[in-house]
Amino acid sequence: MSTTATAATTGTPGTPGTGAAPAGPATPDRGWFSRRNLVATILTGYLPLLLSTLVVALPLLWMVLSSFKGTSEIITLDLHVLPSEPGLHNYQEAFRSVPFGRIFLNSVFVTVVGATVKVFLAIITAYALVFVRFPFKNVIFIAILVALMVPSQVAILPNYILIAGLGWLNTYQGIIVPSLGTAFGTFLLRQQFLALPRSMLEAAEVEGASHWRRLWSIVVPVSVPSIATVGLVTIVAEWNDYIWPLIITTDPNLMTLPVGLTLLQNSESGPQGYGVMMAGAVIVLVPVLLVFAMLQRYIVAGLTQGSVAN
Amino acid sequence: MADVAQAPKQRRRGWFAIPRNRKDAVWFVALALPNLVLIGLFTYRPLIMNIRFSLLNWTLGSATAIEIGLDNYVRWFTSGDAGIVLTTTAIFAVATVGGSMALGLLVALALNQKVRGRTIARATVFAPYVLSGVGVGLVWLFIFDPIYGLLAWVLRTFGAESPRWFNDPQLSLAMVIIVYIWKNLGYCAVVYLAGLQGMNSDLVEAAQIDGAGPFKRFWYLTLPLLSPTTFFLTITTILSSLQAFDLIKIMTPTSTGTRVLIYEAYVQGFLAYQRAGYSAAISVILFVILLVLTVVQITVAERRVHYA
Repeated sequence: MSTTATAATTGTPGTPGTGAAPAGPATPDRGWFSRRNLVATILTGYLPLLLSTLVVALPLLWMVLSSFKGTSEIITLDLHVLPSEPGLHNYQEAFRSVPFGRIFLNSVFVTVVGATVKVFLAIITAYALVFVRFPFKNVIFIAILVALMVPSQVAILPNYILIAGLGWLNTYQGIIVPSLGTAFGTFLLRQQFLALPRSMLEAAEVEGASHWRRLWSIVVPVSVPSIATVGLVTIVAEWNDYIWPLIITTDPNLMTLPVGLTLLQNSESGPQGYGVMMAGAVIVLVPVLLVFAMLQRYIVAGLTQGSVAN
Repeated sequence: MADVAQAPKQRRRGWFAIPRNRKDAVWFVALALPNLVLIGLFTYRPLIMNIRFSLLNWTLGSATAIEIGLDNYVRWFTSGDAGIVLTTTAIFAVATVGGSMALGLLVALALNQKVRGRTIARATVFAPYVLSGVGVGLVWLFIFDPIYGLLAWVLRTFGAESPRWFNDPQLSLAMVIIVYIWKNLGYCAVVYLAGLQGMNSDLVEAAQIDGAGPFKRFWYLTLPLLSPTTFFLTITTILSSLQAFDLIKIMTPTSTGTRVLIYEAYVQGFLAYQRAGYSAAISVILFVILLVLTVVQITVAERRVHYA
C-alpha cells in the first residue's frame, strides 16, 4: 500500500541514465517486516516481483533442463520437469550435425577482434573530438550522431555487394570489417571525456606530454568504468549479431553461433530436434548470461543510455 | 563548445577556428580518421547506394541491370505487397511497443518497492534484452509447439487445446509479438524505473498527505510526471521494433504472417527472389520511416530525453 510512495525516495544503486555511475552497496531494507501490514507487503511487493522474475526465468530454465533430456521426455504429452537420465547426447548430436566447436571459436574470435578494435577506435575518436583542436568538430560529431540512428539492416545490400566485390564472402574480414566503425562507443565515451576536469590535462600539456601520452596515461585510466561499459555492450552486440554474418557466410566453417543455430534449426527440424536445438540455444545464450550475471550493472547502464544504438 | 576554453592563449574560437598548432590537426586526423572512414564507407555509403539500386531492375549477382526509374516503388505500392507489409509492420510495431511499455511500467512499479531481492529481480527481468534473438526464438518455438510444447501442456491441463501457432498467419504474428515483448519489456522496465526514481518525492508525499489513494496518485501524478520517459521510450522502442529481424526470421522462416518491412527486404533481396533493386526500394522506404521518427524525436524532445 504505502510502499509505492516511500520507495520513490530511495535511490537504487546503478541507476541507468547516469552513465557508468558505479553502483554503491544496496540500501539496507530497514524494517520491512515490522510493517503493520505484512500481507499487503507480500501482495503488492513480493508477488509482482516474483511473478515477473518467474516469467523471465522459466523459459530459460526450461531450455537448460530440456537440453539434458532424452527424446522420449521431449516428445511426450506429459510434463517431465527434470530429465530422468540427464545426458549430453543432445550436445553430441548438435556438434555432429553442425561444426559447433569451430563455430564457437569463430564467434569468440569475431567478438574479441571486433570488440577490441571498436573500443580502441571509440577511445581515440572520442579523445580527438574532445581534446584535440580541429575545425568543424561539431559537424563531425553530428555526422557520428546521425550514423547512430542508421540501422545496420538497411545497409546490408550495398555492403554485401561491396564485400562480395572484394572477394570477402566467407572470410573473417568480411564478417568483421563492415561493423568496425563505431558511432555508439564514440558517442558514449565523448560524453564521459567531456565530463573530465580540464585541469587534469593542463599540467601534462605544460610538461609537454603528447596527445598520445595524455590519452593513455591520464584520460583512459580515469575512464575505466565507461570504457568497460562500452566494451561489454559491444561484446554482447557482436556475439549476437545475426543478419550480417547470415548473408556473408555460407560455409559452416566460417559461421558464427547465431548463424550456426539457423543451420541446426534447418537440419534438425521437427519435434525430435527440439532437444538438440535447446542444446544449441544453451551454447549461444549461456555465455552471455554468465557475463551479464557478473557485470550486469555496466551492461544495463550502457544499454539504457545508448537507447537504440549498438 | 566547451573545448575552446582549453587554452587561454587561444584567441580565435568557434567552429571556424584554424588550429594554431598544426600538430593538433595532424593528431586529430590520425586519431579520428579511421573510424570516420569506416562509418562513411559502411553506414553512409549504403544509404546513397540503396537509392541508386532502387532505381534498377537488377537480379543479385547478375552483371547487367536496367534503369527503370521509380518502377520498383510503383510496383511495390500497386502490387498489394505494400498493403500487407505496411499493415503487418504497423501491427507489429504498435503491439510490441504498447505491450512492452505497459508491462514494463508495471514491472518498474514492482521493482520500485522497498523489498529484498529487487536488485536481482531487476537484473533478471533485463536479461532477455541482451540475449541473442536467434537462441531466444528457438527456445520459444519449443514452448509454443502445439503438441509437445510447455504452453500446450498448460492449456491441456486447463482443458483447452493449443492454438496452431505455426500455421495460422495471424497466430504466428501474435506468437512473435509475445516473444518480442518478453525480450524487451525489461528494457522498458529499467528505463521507467530510472524515471520513477528521478521523480520529486516531495510531490508524492504531499499528495499522500492530501489523502490521494495509490491509484489516484499513479494516474494524476506518477503517469504525467513520467511523460518524458514515456515519450523517449515510445520513440526508441518503435525504432528498434522496426528493426526486429532475428526473432522473426527464426520463428517464422517462411514469413507466415510476419512480412514486416525489414524481413521483406531480406526475403526479396537474398532469400527467394534475389531482386536487388526491389529489395533496395523497400530498404529506402524503411529508412525514410526511421528517419522521420528520429527527426521527430530530436526536434520534440532533445532536452528531455536521456542523452547529452
